[in-house]
Amino acid sequence: MSNSYIITFTFILTAVVALSLTVLRQATEPLAEKNEELFKKKAILAAVKDYLPGGKSIDEFSGDEILSLFDKQVQDIVVDATGKVVAEDGGENIEVAKVWKEAPEKRQLPVYIYKHPEHTCYIFPMRGKGLWDDIWGNIALGPDLNEVVGVAFDHKGETPGLGAEIKDNPKFAEQFAGKKIFDEQGQFVSIVLKKGGAAPGDEHAVDAVTGATLTSDGVTAMLKDALSWYLPYIESVKAGKQ
Amino acid sequence: MADTAVKEVKKREPLLGKKERKLLLDPLNDNNPITVQVLGICSALAVTSMVLPSVVMAVAVTFVTAFSNLFVSLLRRRIPKQVRMIAQLVIIAFLVTVVELLLKAYNYPVYKQLSVYIGLIITNCIVMGRLEAFAMANKPWQSFLDGIGNGLGYGAILITVAVVRELFGKGSLFAGTPIALNIIGPNADYWIDTSSNPWFSWYVNNNLMVLPIAAMFIIAILIWIQRTVNPKLVDAS
Repeated sequence: MSNSYIITFTFILTAVVALSLTVLRQATEPLAEKNEELFKKKAILAAVKDYLPGGKSIDEFSGDEILSLFDKQVQDIVVDATGKVVAEDGGENIEVAKVWKEAPEKRQLPVYIYKHPEHTCYIFPMRGKGLWDDIWGNIALGPDLNEVVGVAFDHKGETPGLGAEIKDNPKFAEQFAGKKIFDEQGQFVSIVLKKGGAAPGDEHAVDAVTGATLTSDGVTAMLKDALSWYLPYIESVKAGKQ
Repeated sequence: MADTAVKEVKKREPLLGKKERKLLLDPLNDNNPITVQVLGICSALAVTSMVLPSVVMAVAVTFVTAFSNLFVSLLRRRIPKQVRMIAQLVIIAFLVTVVELLLKAYNYPVYKQLSVYIGLIITNCIVMGRLEAFAMANKPWQSFLDGIGNGLGYGAILITVAVVRELFGKGSLFAGTPIALNIIGPNADYWIDTSSNPWFSWYVNNNLMVLPIAAMFIIAILIWIQRTVNPKLVDAS
């Protein structure tokens, strides 16, 4: 076969493939975007699961209910590294993954305030490294900005059955409710994942994931890094309340 | 006139004749892509710790092998042999991207769960192996069936391994689906509660099963059983 045939064949084949993929992508884009938005908002609301309307669990809400609940009950403010609120609105459009790569003092990150009649919750997005790839999550603190209401974790490529348990095993996330991020003197201590199990009554530790030491260490580091970044904001809200 | 018409009908090959059935069923046992051809081992180790991702993976690979076989077979006389592999790869990559886009639009949670592995179907040697060994030399319909057969053969092994690994590694089956079963474990959520059942108090989940190495053992045992049971696979020597 001649060279010109080979070139024409390759060109036509790739052009046809590229064109069909473009069309398919254009057609599925709106659906994919809605899925992505829903997935993100569900992960945020999953962190306050005990305070959802009607005491229902997050999986009992339909997609549209989650979106409208988020619109009505969640204020998405933007804070900077000094704890200053730079915008009262629009935090949901910030791509946390992208902003997290910037230098800490340059970051502007969203804080989601969940307006519950008796129990305002503050939800902080977090980002870190697991064993294989990125891990992320949301941690919700109660009105005292100390006691954890709930957490929701996710990951890009942790091992199914081991590191992936941070997302797949609901019991792992449940451990965090009621833990505290400050000690009795008001010093920031974060929450650590203890290999072999946390001591009963320890307010600053939970059980690590069995067989996933590096993912667990990654979660510990993520909690510490992310919460210390939000610390100025947390302190300013606390000061404002007193 | 009538005579030739009868002849033509006779000549036309049946849609699912003996040969076609062989194409479809052979890969399930006698010519299984994993246990006999020893292709696609890496993904069989990676995704089989639970049943749900294995099933999705099996469906996705069957789709890709079937349609890449079909397209390559349709083009087999037009593909220049100098760019044969590149042309095949373009077609495989196209189909894998289609799977990815469709999952993203219609089943986002599964897309999230499998994201990395979906992309890795491109490197699954079964797909390219079947294109080279079969689709380049056979008609489209037969190639399509060969693709489906090999996808199913791959899927059958994948799901068998996943059932064993999930049951003994996590004590559950089909976790993450509406028919999730909690079979054996250390609390009251499971059918057999090892903390209170006197017969099973010794039982703990085997963490080795969760690791990819376990799939290696299980596949080896499957090959052993298959060779013992199936006389066709016993070497003449």
